[in-house]
Amino acid sequence: MNRREAIIAGACATVFSGQTRAETKEIAPGIHFRRGVDEDATATNNDAIANIGFIVGREAVCVMDPGGSLKDGQNLRAAIRKVTQLPIRYVVLSHVHPDHIFGAGAFLQEDKPRFVGHEKLPNALAQRGEFYKNNLDKILKTDAGPVVAPTLLVTVKDGTQLDLGGRTLQVTAHGNAHTDCDLSVLDPQTGTLLLSDLLFVERVPSLDGSLKGWLRELEKLKTVGARRAVPGHGPTSVNWPSACRDLERYLGTLLRETRQAIAKGVDIDQAAKTVALSERDRWKLFDDYNGHNVTRAYKELEWD
Amino acid sequence: MGLNRFSVCAAVLMLSALHPAFADDEDTQERAARWKQLQESIFPKREVLDSGGIITVDAPPRALDAALVPIELHVNSPVKGVYLIIDDNPAPMAAHIVFGPNADPRDLKLRVRVNAYTNIHAIAETSDGKLHAATKFVKAAGGCSAPAGSDEAAALADMGRMKLRLMGDFNAGKPMQAQLMIRHPNFNGMQMNQITRMYTPARFIRTIDATYDGAQVFHMDADISLATDPVITFGFVPHEKGQMKVVAQDSSDTKFDHSFDVPGAG
Repeated sequence: MNRREAIIAGACATVFSGQTRAETKEIAPGIHFRRGVDEDATATNNDAIANIGFIVGREAVCVMDPGGSLKDGQNLRAAIRKVTQLPIRYVVLSHVHPDHIFGAGAFLQEDKPRFVGHEKLPNALAQRGEFYKNNLDKILKTDAGPVVAPTLLVTVKDGTQLDLGGRTLQVTAHGNAHTDCDLSVLDPQTGTLLLSDLLFVERVPSLDGSLKGWLRELEKLKTVGARRAVPGHGPTSVNWPSACRDLERYLGTLLRETRQAIAKGVDIDQAAKTVALSERDRWKLFDDYNGHNVTRAYKELEWD
Repeated sequence: MGLNRFSVCAAVLMLSALHPAFADDEDTQERAARWKQLQESIFPKREVLDSGGIITVDAPPRALDAALVPIELHVNSPVKGVYLIIDDNPAPMAAHIVFGPNADPRDLKLRVRVNAYTNIHAIAETSDGKLHAATKFVKAAGGCSAPAGSDEAAALADMGRMKLRLMGDFNAGKPMQAQLMIRHPNFNGMQMNQITRMYTPARFIRTIDATYDGAQVFHMDADISLATDPVITFGFVPHEKGQMKVVAQDSSDTKFDHSFDVPGAG
């Protein structure tokens, strides 16, 4: 962290210190979610920046996304115990990004759940786990938590079901989209689709998988028959599928304008400064991520 | 130039990497010492002069993606070749390009990985054997240990595929730019597998030779600092009709070659 970042982090401490607790809200019967703050990880926010929560069945609980740090996960676990004493049977790791999974360590000791992940998650963790941990330890100035590998792998071909007693969740492993290891979870009982970072609302999307693939997966997700969705960032409950319009427009713009830049021979760094600027006022943290998204898109599309 | 010098260079820097990685942009003294050490190791007993307007290097001051930092070199007089050195990378010598008779060396672009806030040095070797250096400071970190791409399997399956794009207007006999793209994961051996505690073995492009109708355009020695799927934009002088032949060889001694009709469908 350089001096400027340190100063900003210090200033944030007073403003946001109240928001790092896991204040969950019941967004549908038995489905509780905590909204993440619209920031990047800092020493004062515990990396509690993603929407995380849990689903309560008759016999057991499923966590979907244990949080951005060990502390964030511990807070979530405490929030669960205020609602129910049922065993935590499953912890879903929606994808490889640290803001969603570094809280997994909070559930290792007492609960001994199955950690549910995409078939490609082990490889992604092998490549990135240590890198993420080192960075996050530095940013949080404390142990961010262990890298926890999934113990129940979900294939793209078959998906899986998680039985919570009187409530069965349907888990889908997606093709390359936001990342190469995205899971979504459908609760048919309430028509609720837990999308994690396959859906961004208000906060600018970040592309780390495949732009074309993401648009394809969204197309399929629109037809699964849910009326409510929980995005990985933004409000914890939105109407489905109407809430993915903004995301589709952003990704569509990124696709069209990056292709145009490549066709015109515009360099990758120039493209990063010019593509999708019409979206600038529509998203939080746009300047922090758009250039990076264009770089990713460019790399994908220049080989077409 | 042989690869020994690269290895010596890497060893020197591995040693200095033992003291804490210090990404502070105010530490100019340490940077100067590093550069002196590098100069002596890469160009022993040779003087490295100021750029004197002969060469300039351009890069985004703050990189968007440390694993893919676009670098531009511009030279303004006849040169034999250019060196690109990323001072604080584990293997600082990113590339050495020697130009052939069919080259237009004025503009060259590459994409590299940057591991820490660092000076980037571009050195031109003029036809009289003198060395001229230009410097650019780049803020980027983690580009070497960062995972290359998200779909590793697809990258390996596609390894060796090439594309050549002509940039701008084609006029026989007039210099123009071409962009060469090579599919290669360019594993640098620095990503540790958290579960096995092993590093993914290094496998990267070591040399690229481009010839146009039998005349050399450039020869490049490269190392682990080139980004995944190397992309090089270079100048050459096209004929009415001709063929660009590209041969790339990686550190596993696998050869990839491809011929492109120029002009013609790339």
